[in-house]
Amino acid sequence: MRLAQSFALENALVQADCIEATEFPDLSSRYRVYAVPKTVINGAGSIEGSLPETFFLDEILKTLPAPEPGATPGATQP
Amino acid sequence: MLREQDAKEVRERLKSMTSPVRLVHFTQELNLEYGREARQLLEDLSGLSDQLSLEVHNFLLEKEQAAGYGVDMVPATVVCNGKSKGIRFYGIPAGYEFASLLDAILMVSQGDSGLSPESREKLAAVTQPLHLQVFVTPT
Repeated sequence: MRLAQSFALENALVQADCIEATEFPDLSSRYRVYAVPKTVINGAGSIEGSLPETFFLDEILKTLPAPEPGATPGATQP
Repeated sequence: MLREQDAKEVRERLKSMTSPVRLVHFTQELNLEYGREARQLLEDLSGLSDQLSLEVHNFLLEKEQAAGYGVDMVPATVVCNGKSKGIRFYGIPAGYEFASLLDAILMVSQGDSGLSPESREKLAAVTQPLHLQVFVTPT
């Protein structure tokens, strides 16, 4: 959870939820949480277990759709 | 809820807070199983530092507030300051979740994510909403 929190602090577009799996059985079963920690990304992709910072971030960013054609990487939205 | 020895250790750790942090808690009386315990724990915790405050909302009656904090289940606790409200805890903040909550409070208070310059750069380039749901258990 610590890394997800760090990401949220770094960019306001990132939202990090820490969810106690046993208290929310419906949600846990929807995302097939059989082992923890499990990180679900935008309700779609997921990462199981703990990863070092760089791998964890890269895995997360990989699940995001590619920027629209012509968009400059890192450019802020108008 | 907090044992005396734990409270003592937590009070020590909270001394490294450098700016105020607000815990915004959403509860619902119907959720008796977990709701009451979560609130009690947060009341104990927020009493351990002058820099830490607790705001309690009723999830059923204050829907607009809940939506404003992106909260859709209870019990929920959002770690906030003037700049940040992106870190949320769902469930009783006990065990592993309590340790993470403490980390989050200190991180937000000190305003330092502790990430490498490379990670900060990659995150700065994110221009779309990114929702991370980290499932944990107390042990």
